Amino acid sequence: MVHVSATPVLALRGVSKRFGAVQALTDVELEVHAGEVVALVGDNGAGKSTLVKTIAGVHPIDEGVIEWEGNPVSINKPHDAQGLGVATVYQDLALCDNLDVVGNLYLGRELLRRGIIDEVTMEKNSRELLSTLSIRIPSVRIPIASLSGGQRQVVAIARALIGDPKVVILDEPTAALGVEQTAQVLDLVERLRERNLGVILISHNMADVKAVADTVNVLRLGKNNGSFPVKDTSQETIIAAITGATDNAVTRRAVRSTEAAK
Amino acid sequence: MSDTSGTVKKDAVEPTAPAPADDPTAATAAATVVDPRLLVRDEGFKGYITEFRRRVKGGELGSLPVIVGLIVIGIIFQAQNSRFLSADNLSNISYYLSATGMLSIGLVFVLLLGEIDLSVGSVSGLASTLFAVFVVNHGMNGWLALFLTIVTGVGIGALHGFFFARIGVPAFVVTLAGFLGWNGLMLWLLGSSGTINIPDEGPVHLLGQSSFFMDQSIAGAYILAALGTASLLFGSLTDQRRRKAAGVPFRPTSEILLRVVLLAVAAFVTAAVLNSSSGVSNSLVIFLASLVIVDFVLRRTPYGRKVFAVGGGIEAARRAGINVSMIRITVFAISGGFAAVGGMFFAGQTQSATLNAGGGNTLMLAIAAAVIGGTSLFGGRGTVWSALLGMLVIQSIQTGLDLLNMNTSIQYMITGGVLLGAVVIDSVSRKSQKAAGRG
Ligand SMILES: Nc1ncnc2c1ncn2[C@@H]1O[C@H](COP(=O)(O)OP(=O)(O)OP(=O)(O)O)[C@@H](O)[C@H]1O
Ligand SMILES: [Mg+2]
Repeated sequence: MVHVSATPVLALRGVSKRFGAVQALTDVELEVHAGEVVALVGDNGAGKSTLVKTIAGVHPIDEGVIEWEGNPVSINKPHDAQGLGVATVYQDLALCDNLDVVGNLYLGRELLRRGIIDEVTMEKNSRELLSTLSIRIPSVRIPIASLSGGQRQVVAIARALIGDPKVVILDEPTAALGVEQTAQVLDLVERLRERNLGVILISHNMADVKAVADTVNVLRLGKNNGSFPVKDTSQETIIAAITGATDNAVTRRAVRSTEAAK
Repeated sequence: MSDTSGTVKKDAVEPTAPAPADDPTAATAAATVVDPRLLVRDEGFKGYITEFRRRVKGGELGSLPVIVGLIVIGIIFQAQNSRFLSADNLSNISYYLSATGMLSIGLVFVLLLGEIDLSVGSVSGLASTLFAVFVVNHGMNGWLALFLTIVTGVGIGALHGFFFARIGVPAFVVTLAGFLGWNGLMLWLLGSSGTINIPDEGPVHLLGQSSFFMDQSIAGAYILAALGTASLLFGSLTDQRRRKAAGVPFRPTSEILLRVVLLAVAAFVTAAVLNSSSGVSNSLVIFLASLVIVDFVLRRTPYGRKVFAVGGGIEAARRAGINVSMIRITVFAISGGFAAVGGMFFAGQTQSATLNAGGGNTLMLAIAAAVIGGTSLFGGRGTVWSALLGMLVIQSIQTGLDLLNMNTSIQYMITGGVLLGAVVIDSVSRKSQKAAGRG
C-alpha cells in the first residue's frame, strides 16, 4: 500500500516556530511521500495547525529547513506554497460566503479568457470535478453561505484540488461531519492517494486515522513524539504517545510487547 | 445588470427528468450532484412568479424596493405638482443625478469591502477648487488640469487607503479626518474671494447643462438606447451559446428575450422623453459609460473578483493569495478618483468653484444612493448599478421638493429619513438572508 519513493516529496528538517512567548514548534521532523497518507495527531494546542501553516506559507518558519523533492526551499507566503504544489484545507475553512461555489473553487486563480474571467469553463470544470468526487451540491452557482457544514468541507477539499497539487494538507476535515459525510471525506482521501498525491491528514479521530493513514506522526507540546506505521501499531500506542504516557522508546516497546502477549 | 450568479438557472433539473438533448452529461451529473430536496423552478411565466416570491421571502429584494420607491415618489409628487413628470423636469433629474452618482460609484467599491469613505464630499469640493485654481489662476489647459485633478483625487484616496490598510486605522476615522482636512484645504485655497468662476470651455463645458450628446440630434438618444439593447442581446446570446457548447446550464431564450425587451422599453422610453425635452446630456452619457465599465471590471475581471472576495471574507481572501492591503488601498484610491470626477461634474453644473461645493448633504446623498440602490453596508454584496438606481430615487426627491419650494430644513429631514429607511431595509434583508441561509 505504501509505495515509498526514495526522496519524500515534502520533508521538514528541524523546523521551529515561535509566537512571542509561545514556542509553538521545536525541531520538528516530517516526511511525506507521493501516494502516502501521513496522519498528524496530537492533543489540542500540540502545534498541528501551526505546523500546517508553516508549510502553507501562512507563518514562515523561524529555524530549520523545508525540502521539496529533496531540495531546500523557502516558503514565506501562501503563494510560494501554492507554486510548489501544496494545497491546504484549513480547520476554519475560510471560504468567501458571498461568492458562489465556482467562485470559491477558483478564488485567487481564476481562469482567464482574453483577460476576462472565464465563467463558463470554470463552471464546467467545477461540475466535472465535483461529480468525479461524487460531491452533492444543489448547484455550483449558489453562495457558499447556503451550504451545510459538510458541503462546505467537501467544497473546501475540492478547492484544494483545482490547482493540481502534489501535496494536500487536510486540517481536521471530519471534525464537524456526520457519519455519512465523514465516510465521504475518507473516500475522498483515498482517492487522493490513488492519484499519487501526498496527503497530510490532521485528525483527533483514531478510527479515521486507522482507516486511511499509512503513517502516523505524533506531535506533543510542539515536538515530535514518535512516528509509526499505521498497519502494525496499536491504537493504544498512538494514544500513549499523544498523551505523553510514554516519552521514550523503551516504555513504548514495553506496551507493545504486553499487547503481543495478550 | 445581468448578474448571472443571482438567478437560479436550469441547474436544478429534477433527477428523474430526461436530459436535455444538448447536454449529454446532465442525466448522470443530475443523479449524483443534485440534492433531491432542491427546489426546482417551474418552466414558464408561473415559474418566474414563484421564484420571485421565494426570493423576496429569502430577503433577496434586489431592485424591488427602488422600483416601488420610484413609483411612489412619482405618484406623490405628480399629485402635488403636475410639472413633476414633465419631460423638462425628468431631463433635469437625469442631468443632476450624474454628479453625486459619480461619488456613489466610488463608494460602491468601498462598501463592497464593508468599509466606508466619509471624505468623498470634501474631496469632490477640493477637486473643483483645484481645477479652478489650475485653470483660472495658472492659465493651465483645461484637459491637463482635469487630468491633474483626477490624479490628485486618486492620490488622496490612496493615502486614506494606506492609513487604513497598512497602519490599521479604522477607515471610518481616516476618512473622517479627510472629511475635515480636505474641506479645510479647499477653504484655504479659495481664500477670501470665496468663489472662482471657471470659463465655460473644455471639460467644464462638456459637463455643463448646455452640452448634449451628438449636439441634441434626435438620433443621439436612440443610438444610445439601441446600443445598450443590442449589447445586452448580443452578450446574452453569446453567453448562452458558449454555455450550451460547454454543457453547463444556460439562460433559456425566453428569459433572455424578456430581459432584452424590458431593457429596450426602458431605454427607448427614456430616450423619447429626453428627446422631447432637449436631448441626452453629456454628463449622463459619461455617467452611464462609467457604470458599464465599472460593472464590467467588478464582475468580469480578476481585480473585481478580489474586491468581492475581500468583502466576503478577509481570511479566505488572504489565504487564496490575494494581497488584501493592495486591494484596500486601490479601492480607496478608486473612491478618491471618482470623488474628484464628481467634483468636476459639480464644477460643470455651476461653472465655478464655491465654498460650499461638496458640502452640505452631498456625502449623505452619495452614501444613501449606493445603499438605496441595493449595495450592502456590510460588504460583499452589491452592484455598481445601485449608484444609478439610488440616484434616481434621491434626485427625484430633491427635484420634487424643489418644485414644491420646500425648505432646506425639510429636505435634510426627508433625506435623512430615506437614508435610514434604506439602511433598515439593508439590515433586515441581511437578517432574513441569514435566516434563509444566504448570509
Ligand atoms: N497566531 C498565533 N499567535 C500566537 N500563538 C499562536 C498562534 N497560533 C497558534 N498559537 C499557539 O501555538 C500553539 C499551537 O497551536 P495550534 O493551533 O497549532 O494547535 P493544534 O495542534 O492545531 O490544536 P487543535 O487540536 O486544538 O487544533 C498553541 O499554544 C497556540 O496558542
Ligand atoms: Mg488545530
